[in-house]
Amino acid sequence: MEKLQKHFINRDEPVISIRGLHKSFEQLDVLQGIDFTLYKGENVAILGKSGTGKSVLIKIIAGLLKPDKGEVFALGKQVDKLKRKELSDLRLRIGFSFQNSALYDGMNIYQNLAFPLVMNSKNMTRREITIAVERVAEAVGLKDKLSQMPSDLSGGQRKRIGIARTLILKPEIMLYDEPTAGLDPITSTEIIELINSVQRRYNTSSIIITHDLTCAKNTSDRAAMLHDGKFIKVGTFDELFGTNEEPLKEFYDYNFIH
Amino acid sequence: MTLFKKRKYIFTKRLDQLFSDLYSTVRFILLFLKDGFSRPFHFKSILHQCYEIGIKSLPLITLTGFIVGMVFTKQARPSLEDFGATSWLPSLMGIATIKALGPLVTALICAGKIGSGIGAELGSMKVTEQIEAMEVSSTDPFKYLVVTRIWATTVSITILVFYCSFLMLLGSYFNVHTEESSSMLTYFQNAFSTITFLDIFALIFKSVLYGFTIGIVGCYKGYHARQGTVGVGRAANQAVVTSMFLIFIEEVLVVQVAHWIRYF
Ligand SMILES: Nc1ncnc2c1ncn2[C@@H]1O[C@H](COP(=O)(O)OP(=O)(O)OP(=O)(O)O)[C@@H](O)[C@H]1O
Ligand SMILES: [Mg+2]
Repeated sequence: MEKLQKHFINRDEPVISIRGLHKSFEQLDVLQGIDFTLYKGENVAILGKSGTGKSVLIKIIAGLLKPDKGEVFALGKQVDKLKRKELSDLRLRIGFSFQNSALYDGMNIYQNLAFPLVMNSKNMTRREITIAVERVAEAVGLKDKLSQMPSDLSGGQRKRIGIARTLILKPEIMLYDEPTAGLDPITSTEIIELINSVQRRYNTSSIIITHDLTCAKNTSDRAAMLHDGKFIKVGTFDELFGTNEEPLKEFYDYNFIH
Repeated sequence: MTLFKKRKYIFTKRLDQLFSDLYSTVRFILLFLKDGFSRPFHFKSILHQCYEIGIKSLPLITLTGFIVGMVFTKQARPSLEDFGATSWLPSLMGIATIKALGPLVTALICAGKIGSGIGAELGSMKVTEQIEAMEVSSTDPFKYLVVTRIWATTVSITILVFYCSFLMLLGSYFNVHTEESSSMLTYFQNAFSTITFLDIFALIFKSVLYGFTIGIVGCYKGYHARQGTVGVGRAANQAVVTSMFLIFIEEVLVVQVAHWIRYF
């Protein structure tokens, strides 16, 4: 399960860079000055307590929310300055796996997986789409569920379909929002392996939001700790948890004592 | 805070809310006018919505239209009999149906059945992040979900108004025929004897307007649903209440304008 195969990280090629990012909702200051870089081929885990704004951060990266202040670049484009068409083109290259999977519950699994292709690849034949859908369903090990509805699936299966739906467009960056939250350890392990195999297979760079240190350790090269609207520490796991600094230690103890 | 200050605070907050609601509603409508007429049109999705909205409302509209026509005629008969004016029944029904009941009854039924459905459907998609999921997979959810539904309600409800009006007259004819055994052709000729071109035009205009209103209100409420499952219920509920309210206001306005035009 450990990240066995070390992959190549290109420290000269940032795929996401964020500078001085601020975001608040009415009176609530959620993000208060985030600086962060994700390099090509790298996986970074973002840790932090519930409600610190982890989901808000990646939603800003995907252009779903607008920053109040600061700059966000993804694949060389400034996300919040893009026109609708340009943003839509950029999003084809960024995969986003939602915290609660967000499967379309009016459609069956096949239609869910095919939806991004049907909408974006007008010149694909039905046969080609079917092949692509079966391939990603196979990759997440759920090829036999294609005719079922999302409500018939378990939480872990929904997560995997959610990830598969973003993989079908072959993204260069993956943003995972709590891929293992609420899952039992065995299913978590399966998701962790899925994340690693996605990286090997598609050579993606990823941001993985999680509360779960096991997941973070086994999928990521670096980790960043979000606390009170800022990254209080970014680095390898040893750098993060080798210290006795308060919020970090608390987080670590919680994960491994409970 | 003193009571007065508190009242004032709540009042200004409400006012603020009202204006921001108004602003986002206008923006929503403008966005539809911009996106509703540009590619891609998602024809398949519009057809699917027309089926969901139009065809599936047929049984209810059929039943209501026929019964309203029949009962209205039955109830009006004794009063007209007092004056020996039962021969006016068809033309009375014609006026009642084309000028008021047809569009109004259809619109109110559709506000309840279709408006709440759209509000709940889009509302649940919103609170479970399905709309955002669509956005990140490079599909414009406004075009795919909202524009298609507004087109579908506008077209389907316009057709449903004509269908419902026809059934009302048919229901009325059913009563007339059992009492007087007149022919259908004579009945319809009498029913339309006082109907003018302006009336038909107003009928079409109202139908399109009501269809559009139901579509846009349902979509707006659903698209802006918040706070989890409670928000979904609220979106469905408000879609019905708001669209019914607007339909009555529009009815009054259109009737007034038609009146002015008639006597211009
Ligand atoms: N659209 C919004 N409108 C208003 N407030 C919001 C919105 N989205 C998030 N917030 C607020 O921002 C804060 C951070 O939310 P966020 O979802 O990013 O937390 P999180 O770190 O992902 O937590 P969790 O681990 O529980 O998912 C919360 O207090 C939330 O109430
Ligand atoms: Mg979150």
